[in-house]
Amino acid sequence: MNKILLVIQREYLTRVRKKSFIIMSIIGPLLIASLWAIPIWLATRDTEQRTIDVVDESGFFVDKFPENESLNFNYINLDIAEAKKKLTDNNTYGLLYIPPIDIDNPRGITFFSETNPSIDVIGSLERVLKNNIEEMKLVRSSIDRETLEGLKADVSIDTINMTDAGEKAGSAGVATVIGYIAAIMIYFFIFIYGIQILRGVIEEKSSRIIEIIVSSVRPFQLMMGKIIGVGAVGLTQFLIWIFLGFGITSVVGSYFNINRNETIVAGAHMNEAQDENAELVAEIFNSLETIDIPLLLFAFLFYFLGAYLLYGSLFAAVGSAVDNDTDAQQFQLPITIPLIFSLIVLSAVLREPDGNFAFWLSMIPLTSPITMMMRIPFGVPFWEVMLSMFLLILGFILSTWVASRIYRIGILMHGAKVNYRILGKWLFMKN
Amino acid sequence: MELLFTEGISKCFGNFWALKNINIRVPRESIFGLLGPNGAGKTTLIRIITQIIFADEGEIFFENRKMKPDDISFIGYLPEERGLYKKMKVGEHMIYLARLKGLSSHDAKERIKYWMDKFDILSWWNKRIEDLSKGMQQKVQFISTILHEPRLIILDEPFSGFDPINANLIKDEILELKKKGSTIIFSTHRMESVEELCDFIALIHKSRVILDGSKQDIKQKYKSDTFVIEHRNDFGDLDRNFSVIQKDRLEDNFYRSVIQINNGKSRNTLLSVLIQKVEVHSFIEQVPSMNEIFISQVNTIRNE
Repeated sequence: MNKILLVIQREYLTRVRKKSFIIMSIIGPLLIASLWAIPIWLATRDTEQRTIDVVDESGFFVDKFPENESLNFNYINLDIAEAKKKLTDNNTYGLLYIPPIDIDNPRGITFFSETNPSIDVIGSLERVLKNNIEEMKLVRSSIDRETLEGLKADVSIDTINMTDAGEKAGSAGVATVIGYIAAIMIYFFIFIYGIQILRGVIEEKSSRIIEIIVSSVRPFQLMMGKIIGVGAVGLTQFLIWIFLGFGITSVVGSYFNINRNETIVAGAHMNEAQDENAELVAEIFNSLETIDIPLLLFAFLFYFLGAYLLYGSLFAAVGSAVDNDTDAQQFQLPITIPLIFSLIVLSAVLREPDGNFAFWLSMIPLTSPITMMMRIPFGVPFWEVMLSMFLLILGFILSTWVASRIYRIGILMHGAKVNYRILGKWLFMKN
Repeated sequence: MELLFTEGISKCFGNFWALKNINIRVPRESIFGLLGPNGAGKTTLIRIITQIIFADEGEIFFENRKMKPDDISFIGYLPEERGLYKKMKVGEHMIYLARLKGLSSHDAKERIKYWMDKFDILSWWNKRIEDLSKGMQQKVQFISTILHEPRLIILDEPFSGFDPINANLIKDEILELKKKGSTIIFSTHRMESVEELCDFIALIHKSRVILDGSKQDIKQKYKSDTFVIEHRNDFGDLDRNFSVIQKDRLEDNFYRSVIQINNGKSRNTLLSVLIQKVEVHSFIEQVPSMNEIFISQVNTIRNE
């Protein structure tokens, strides 16, 4: 036991002291934060002033386009051919051409520009055109806007989960997000650190340290030590990411909140999409409280570790059977297929979290961690969770047994061409 | 007294017998040469002794009792295929290996310092393994093998990768360790080092021990009562108790002859015959080298 601890210690320390680990620990949260912050930044940054020429042959839209700090409209009274010529001569962003149109069938509105126009600009032009045409139609039908507003209905269904602990307000949206995040974290963790186990085993083989080590340590101890050590490295990295990530996003977030408040106070233009975003965020934070956090955390931890140990031992077995990374590819594939599969079918699980398909996937140990984490935020019967966890433990024991049988032979084999038949032979070979 | 002996060790890989009924006796405080051509089964036997793999049949006895799993901490093993973790530093790497053998961190540090000082490499403590040359790495490996003062040291081709100066250094250390009470199993192809170092040998060929015993006894057994004599004047013909294998004239009247004694006559008989005929300058028994014994034994089996 003491020796396993020594192996774990070595695997852990040599990895966390590497430059690449330190760099990844810093870059990781920056990436996470930027994933979150860049879209907001892009949406709120002060863009350069763009001038758009408008040739309105219909006469409906003169002075109808609202000007703001980023868009500026220049209504010109030229014939379209001349206006196009002028566009290439000066620095206007583009030319909006509105032919004489029929408001029941507004066709032929065209935007000319030298570069591809941004979707935002086109979107806001379309919105203005649409609103104005609708307005004209209302006038034509003699309906005033107030009557129209009165006709609109606003419906939103509150979902309540009936549980032993009583009724709780649920949120399918939040459950989905949490399920996805948990499933994807498990997926990436297994992939990144499974490959590290594989590399580590190959390194021990190719540097020929292995025979020195196994003359002091049982191969099983070495394998488990490596799996646990690398896992601990991964957890450390994740913890660093979470703390730094939270730190950075909250700093960035509070900065944007202040900005947003200012713009509201100033009564400036509020983007509709941004408004919805803010509502969504508020909704998430409000209904986070409605999910059973302790159960979720426990399940996450359990499936996270179970999946890692299950796949980690398989990666170790693959590493022991080959001499280099390229040879590892062919054996890596069957391991990664169930992993990728369970990620791909997440949307199917999501559509029917209590369906047969989701049920069976969450029982098979190779797919259960990812599938179950998607299902748990929606509520899963207790016995299903227990059965799935039990099967995962069985699966882990079985995979470790298989892996250690292959590992103990594989690590001492150099230059042997290995195929599945030979792996099978190793499995049942006496020690 | 033996430190270690085996009884009927056999090992089978699939349908290939890597070892068949191996019985070796490794006397205490001796250097035991484990010889044999490539693929004979030497490494398999060593791996069984170091408990990396297990025998299908047979038993190993260590200190006159059946070997236990814990006994590996009394063994120091330097495999032929050896390496180190490239990214680790010399000092921490040696501490790691020593602690795996059961030394405390403190003891390990003390002993590593002692040995590194002795080998004049203390300044490497903070160097990365990957920055060392192959010969330098070999020194680190050798020290790691003997650091825990094992009772049994197993060295597989210990001199490969060393220049002559460092090979000598290692050789002296091996002799020193033997003097201090360690027993050494020594596997090699280099017959001159067997000649120089080994007290006992076992020759393994095609999964079996075909020759074993003390080096002295084996040499006695395989010598052919042949003598190399340098003499002045030609002795002409000898009677049928002696056959002249070779006679070279070196200069004017000076000869070197190789004569085999037949019919169990003593060497003094030959000498007295010669003294009557020629002036004898030197009389040396031709003892077969380990190299010759090795080749002749392996070839005999091959031709069977």
